[in-house]
Amino acid sequence: MTALAPVTGATLDVEKIRADFPILSRTVRDGKPLIYLDSGATSQRPRQVLDAERTFLETSNAAVHRGAHALSEEATDAYESARSRIAAFIGADPGIETSEIVFTKNATEALNLVAYSMSNATFSDDPAAQRFRVGPGDEVVVTEMEHHANLVPWQEFCRRTGATLRWFSVTSDGRLDLDSAEARSVINERTKVVAFTHQSNVLGTVNPVGTLVERAKAVGAYTVLDACQSVPHAPVDVRALDVDFAAFSGHKMLGPSGIGVLYGRRALLEALPPFLTGGSMIELVRMEGSTYAAPPARFEAGVPMTSQAVGLGAAVDYLSEIGMENVHAHENVLTAAALEGLQAIDGVTIIGPRTTEARGGAVSFEIDGVHPHDASQVLDDSGIAVRVGHHCAWPLHRAFGVQSSIRASFHVYNTLDEVAALLDGVRRVQDFFARDGVVL
Amino acid sequence: MKLETMYQEIILDHYRNPHGHGLRDPFDAEVHHVNPTCGDEVTLRVHLDGSGPDAKVVDVSYDAMGCSISQAATSVLNDLVVGRTVGESFDVLAEYQKMVQGRGKVEPDEDVLDDAVAFAGVAAYPARVKCALLGWFAFKDAVAQADDNAPELEEHQ
Repeated sequence: MTALAPVTGATLDVEKIRADFPILSRTVRDGKPLIYLDSGATSQRPRQVLDAERTFLETSNAAVHRGAHALSEEATDAYESARSRIAAFIGADPGIETSEIVFTKNATEALNLVAYSMSNATFSDDPAAQRFRVGPGDEVVVTEMEHHANLVPWQEFCRRTGATLRWFSVTSDGRLDLDSAEARSVINERTKVVAFTHQSNVLGTVNPVGTLVERAKAVGAYTVLDACQSVPHAPVDVRALDVDFAAFSGHKMLGPSGIGVLYGRRALLEALPPFLTGGSMIELVRMEGSTYAAPPARFEAGVPMTSQAVGLGAAVDYLSEIGMENVHAHENVLTAAALEGLQAIDGVTIIGPRTTEARGGAVSFEIDGVHPHDASQVLDDSGIAVRVGHHCAWPLHRAFGVQSSIRASFHVYNTLDEVAALLDGVRRVQDFFARDGVVL
Repeated sequence: MKLETMYQEIILDHYRNPHGHGLRDPFDAEVHHVNPTCGDEVTLRVHLDGSGPDAKVVDVSYDAMGCSISQAATSVLNDLVVGRTVGESFDVLAEYQKMVQGRGKVEPDEDVLDDAVAFAGVAAYPARVKCALLGWFAFKDAVAQADDNAPELEEHQ
């Protein structure tokens, strides 16, 4: 891998980094350079990740944890090595036998795994699983700023178990309301699960994990962290955060799609019943019934994604070489420039915190009188890729009284020039829709 | 330029001053359609006189939230179908659908489409086709709910 040491402090050699991402040199819409500001939806992948996948497939591809031939052994080593490096990347146990990392199809599946495995405890005759039993009278707590992936599975969990869903609302400046009298009672002695996002995919808000974990622990509730927007952009240590479970996806952190990660405390994974069942996850199978393998295998039924795991391992190596502190510092500079620049344009409103304090690089906004879909069309015509819509956080948009918004989001390969292009693009949107003097 | 091809002045005019906007009585059916990817919504009512393909579209009234393309398309829908028969309306819809889903390879029939031909530019942007069809599909659905004898759209393609 090429050396990617930072030049000074927060300044990375971004041009050198960009050279690793072939897609960033393409043009779109009649020859305009691509300005990719949609990494919150999916990030681009460096050659190192693509090469790792290709090399694996050209030399060692086989079904892992099956067979005793040479390729099978190499493939299994590559798969487990990736698991170990990913564990170390987030501060989990890197040991193979003691692993706290489960590979899933994506983060959505990882969150569903927790919700379904917990509700399967109701039907489990394993005494160890009984600690997860939830029923009528119990409560599950989420927040109003959740991505649908960490909301809908808990709505369904409550429907299955008879538990009641409660949530923290969001203040007008885009923070969780944790201090009002009402908020004080959201987590109480009936609470069994507290599921919340580390960093909002819309607002950019970084939530106070410590406060929420403390309140959850005080009442014996399990904590489930949606880390999809934090792990790719800043140093995250799941042990230091002290959460019980955390989920994130490969494709938002310069890695492949088709792979997500669930972290779970080892002791909890050992007690948790399976979600999907079938091959690979068993200990013993008889016609009358089966017993299950220890985690993580218990939660990885069927032949798993392999080149994706290898690719995600390479992505973690790539990010580690840059240093997550440096990634975070770089994105912070971009976010500050975007927040400042957008607020200086008349008719633009930021949805979320207006400074970089406890905030990451997802910047959502509205342009007065222009529907986000129309705005993105004009930005796209300038080569700028942003996300528009409700970003899978419909209740959050409703709380802000907006139908949809425009979101620019950054990763380590974005530049200040691209932020400037976004600001020019927003002014072009305003000019375009006011082109004959009629403001819509 | 492609962008101006899509955002024709006639579309922006309809967006600024939508025709037939608002929900009115009487009506035979009301539907609510959303585009889940962007959150655009339309509530649409139809009032018919008669049944089957020869039923007359007496009124199409609607309340919509959405982008310029979806708003203008619903406004043009109101212009083109009110006063016509359901059969004629579905002919327009079939031709319109063929055009906007045609990836720019379909030569639109201006005689059938009238003002709706302005949406030909949408075909170059597949992500916007749903916007252009939101109100029209709501209309088709409302007619089907209002009249058990409503024709199938496919019969008119």
